[in-house]
Amino acid sequence: MNAPSRIDGGMIGRSVPRIDGRLKVTGAACYPSDVGVEDAAHAFLVTSTIARGRIKQFHLEDAQAVEGVLDILTYENTRGKVGKARFFAGGGYTSTTIMPMDSPKIWHDGQIVAMVVAETFEAAREAAHKVRVDYDVREAVAGFGDTRPQPRQMSNPLSGSDPKTGDAEKAFREAEVQVDAYYATPTQHHNPIELFTTTCVWSGDTLTVYEPSQFVHGLKNGLAQQLNMSADKIRVVSPFVGGAFGSKAALTPRTAFVALAAKRLNRPVKLVSTRAQAFTVSTYRAETEHHVKLGADRSGRLTSLSHEGWEVSSRPDNYKVAGTETTSLLYACPNIYTKVNIVHADRGTPGFMRSPAEVPYVYALECAMDELAVALTMDPVELRRINDTQVNPIDGKPYSSRALMQCYDRAAEAFGWSKRNPLPGSMTDGDWLIGWGCATACYPSNVAPAEARVTVAPNGTVRVQTAGHDIGTGAYTAIALTAADLLGVPLEQVSVELGDSTLPPAPVAGGSNATASICNAVAQACEDIRDRLAQAASHADGPLGGADHGAMRLRDGRLVTPDGRSEPLKDALTRIDFGPMESYVKYTPEIASGTVKVMGHKMLESGLPAMTSGSAAGDHIQYAFGAEFLEVRIHRRTREIRVPRIVGAFAAGRIISPTTARSQLLGGMIWGIGSALHEATDIDRRAARYLNDDLAEYLIPVNADIRDVDVIFVPEEDYQVNALGIKGLGELGNVGTAAAVSNAVFHATGRRIRDLPIRIEDLL
Amino acid sequence: MRPFSYERAADMAGAIEAASVASDAHIRAPVQFLAGGTTLLDLMKIDVMRPERLVDINPLAPALSGISVREDGLRLGALTKMSAAADHPDVIRNYPVLAQSLKLAASAQLRNMASLSGNVLQRTRCLYFRDVAWEACNKRNPGSGCAALEGNTRKHAILGVSPHCIAAYPGDFAQALLVLDATVAIAGRDGERTIPFHQLHRLPGDTPQAETNLAPGEIITHFDIPSRPWTRRSLYLKVRDRESYEFAVASAAVALDMQGGHVRDARIALGGVATIPWRASGAEEALKGGTLDESSAKAAAQAAFEPARAQGDNHFKIELGQATLVRALLDAASLEIRS
Repeated sequence: MNAPSRIDGGMIGRSVPRIDGRLKVTGAACYPSDVGVEDAAHAFLVTSTIARGRIKQFHLEDAQAVEGVLDILTYENTRGKVGKARFFAGGGYTSTTIMPMDSPKIWHDGQIVAMVVAETFEAAREAAHKVRVDYDVREAVAGFGDTRPQPRQMSNPLSGSDPKTGDAEKAFREAEVQVDAYYATPTQHHNPIELFTTTCVWSGDTLTVYEPSQFVHGLKNGLAQQLNMSADKIRVVSPFVGGAFGSKAALTPRTAFVALAAKRLNRPVKLVSTRAQAFTVSTYRAETEHHVKLGADRSGRLTSLSHEGWEVSSRPDNYKVAGTETTSLLYACPNIYTKVNIVHADRGTPGFMRSPAEVPYVYALECAMDELAVALTMDPVELRRINDTQVNPIDGKPYSSRALMQCYDRAAEAFGWSKRNPLPGSMTDGDWLIGWGCATACYPSNVAPAEARVTVAPNGTVRVQTAGHDIGTGAYTAIALTAADLLGVPLEQVSVELGDSTLPPAPVAGGSNATASICNAVAQACEDIRDRLAQAASHADGPLGGADHGAMRLRDGRLVTPDGRSEPLKDALTRIDFGPMESYVKYTPEIASGTVKVMGHKMLESGLPAMTSGSAAGDHIQYAFGAEFLEVRIHRRTREIRVPRIVGAFAAGRIISPTTARSQLLGGMIWGIGSALHEATDIDRRAARYLNDDLAEYLIPVNADIRDVDVIFVPEEDYQVNALGIKGLGELGNVGTAAAVSNAVFHATGRRIRDLPIRIEDLL
Repeated sequence: MRPFSYERAADMAGAIEAASVASDAHIRAPVQFLAGGTTLLDLMKIDVMRPERLVDINPLAPALSGISVREDGLRLGALTKMSAAADHPDVIRNYPVLAQSLKLAASAQLRNMASLSGNVLQRTRCLYFRDVAWEACNKRNPGSGCAALEGNTRKHAILGVSPHCIAAYPGDFAQALLVLDATVAIAGRDGERTIPFHQLHRLPGDTPQAETNLAPGEIITHFDIPSRPWTRRSLYLKVRDRESYEFAVASAAVALDMQGGHVRDARIALGGVATIPWRASGAEEALKGGTLDESSAKAAAQAAFEPARAQGDNHFKIELGQATLVRALLDAASLEIRS
């Protein structure tokens, strides 16, 4: 299919600075946590110090005696006041089904047990430190056991059956070359810089909530259900979000209690949870284990692929990421077996974290592919080429487009891969061992129903309104470029409003769907405006009278015909209305089917997830791809591991905003390096309690760790994914990176480290 | 954080007087001096330290800060900022181990705030110490036990440990002062006194709550670092998981007096692996009078870690600590010193 001819305004695909950049660097952008509310009382959480058991007794006297304390919420006075709402991962709203402060039961360490409200933050904090709680403590299970998992097995309770085809076990037994290995990834936390804050303001029976959110409509509707009130009476405001990465997608337990406290006191209440509390009041990436078995013939062709995963979840919730959906369709193979298991522990419910499924599962598969290349004495890029596929090997459905090998070729060339000596330990620079590794990145091109209102004022200025979210991703810029392109106006003439539940509903900023979903909605609204202007111009006596309205375009502030006639946009506008001209669009993804196709907008307006996955796009599947190459350097004596350079090439359809897209991929690759070498939440197994819950001890890469990062866009046109040809890429960059690191470490040292993070002690 | 009163010290005598309140452990003392505040405020916010009164000694900075380069050595004022000492050209050239230990510590922002004396007194990063939910911590609650012993010990010490505490000393600069035979000048109620740097910190033993030999109210006024044949051939090697802003997994401060390939004197201190800034005297003795090469460096490193007692996750530090010291010694030996 060709590009829709209407994308010709020269703005889509143009590199422009982030339009909200100035606001952000000058501090003028008002994040929800920054909102100053008059007369607000301040809340501070008390969280449990045990992982499993019951609260026996509260000792609140010392806390109540602190000057300025107004209220202390515990289950004793909030029980039954917050209703249940459905679990997000089961198609509902909440991050967990655990309802803290509804009973004395403790499900996990760091569970909210009390909320102190006081005149000042300082008084609330002091009083919170003086709350004492007696517990009946039961022995807690922290996660996987000390041996390889033999857990209670639960096969995909949430999403149908595990992908399978052929007889993987038999084919593995008969394979000429075999790889059989276990891999593991650790617990990780999002650690967004903007903390988990909530400010609730009641005005009569209406409630305004200022909270950093990736889904204001979800928050609004879920909270309404919990508080047993009409969603129309709740407004959620979150125009900027200081990092989220999945942690702010679902409704967490804290919000309802802040609303409740504000109601009890009849004044606004602001909660700022601490950095340490951020490890337990929202979600996290659970630790995973993987058993991967690959069989191949001598030529490198895969004959068997089996991937079994184990994931930790809380006791009550069957949360899982089940990345076998992706690892089963990545390479051509006639015999595939997958299985996913949940291991329940005394932990909070995990949740989405940037590329939830792909990061751990593709890590395991891409390491195994490298091991297979070594076993075959074959270049790992060649192994991917031999097993490249244009169809899903499970059911034969074609990829709408798949430029994986183009990505490999471009990145390999830029990296200088041809100079690699494949022998492990063969490349050195003084006292530093050098290793080069590569891996595949991929992410489904998800699309969701979205709504948008575009208004063109008589003077030609454009206002775009949609309750989407800019979580640092560049959404404001991408949306503005789309409107400017389709309406033929300068970028400065476009204003974009996001992150407010009074705006037209837009989907969760998750699953990398936002640009595709929202920009298509905005484009349809712009197209509607163009069409109405063109029809009126064609029927009028003006300079465009009688011209083919379908061929007219908006460009450079004018309505133009292919034969060169034109009139100013302002003149065209006067034909339609005396005031502003408006279009409201409800965009339904072209790939939607089933309930999303029929009821998608009803679901969206109710704040329910209504995304169509790129892995279930009707008659085809749609994914974005990339290839990442990196160099590790390991000191031969002290074994520090550093990554001086990384190159990634990505094919993700049409790139609307190259500057911010590049930033997403660059940040993703840096994240990927961190996920391999730095990030891990330490858990004391005796207490099932997190230990390194601050930014000094929970390591992420710092500037000194990152030197050369090169992002290459591989051009790709694919108008099957959606009308604008957009494949989301926010979660593409950090997929596969950890495998590339692990593969490079093997190349440098000859040692295969399969459990992340890879640290000094693994290489001594 | 608990309420506290804050006052600015008017003069040295007043500050000393204000803080001369008897206490069984400095960490529990009701009066605390505030210098850079980069450790103290952190620990107050997480409820680990609960002073009633802070005496801000920054008004004493004119007398207590500054870097003076003398014929016979270097004097560093106690309230000199870490960044000022790290960036000082004479310190960089003639006392490289000092400059490097400072430059590799913390972040630029912290180095701009933190004082040298506050830095040497920095408290452990033991995560069981820093989380009051763990009742068993002999530093916080003497006699309560040690939650770290059976816990996650990757960051914990293997040298100078006791059955009561294995918390690692986290700093870097102290190791540099230790190898250069620095002395610590201290002002107190009874006047001034000077002690060798190695007498400042105390092994945990059965009183891990008592971390130094400073009496209540005593203030470090300056450090004197004598100029010696080994000061220029010195370096600080810090090994860690990321390139910056992380405490040492293992580190070594090394200063050598070499004549040709022969070691006239060797000075070695270890960080990240010990409960206090750790002088490796056994390793020094092993090197003195011999040549410095791979095998003698390895023998010295082995001697240095002979007393090590590992615990759970930190077994690797015996090997890593040795590798760190070997690398530091060979690097120091190969330094080109221009006169």
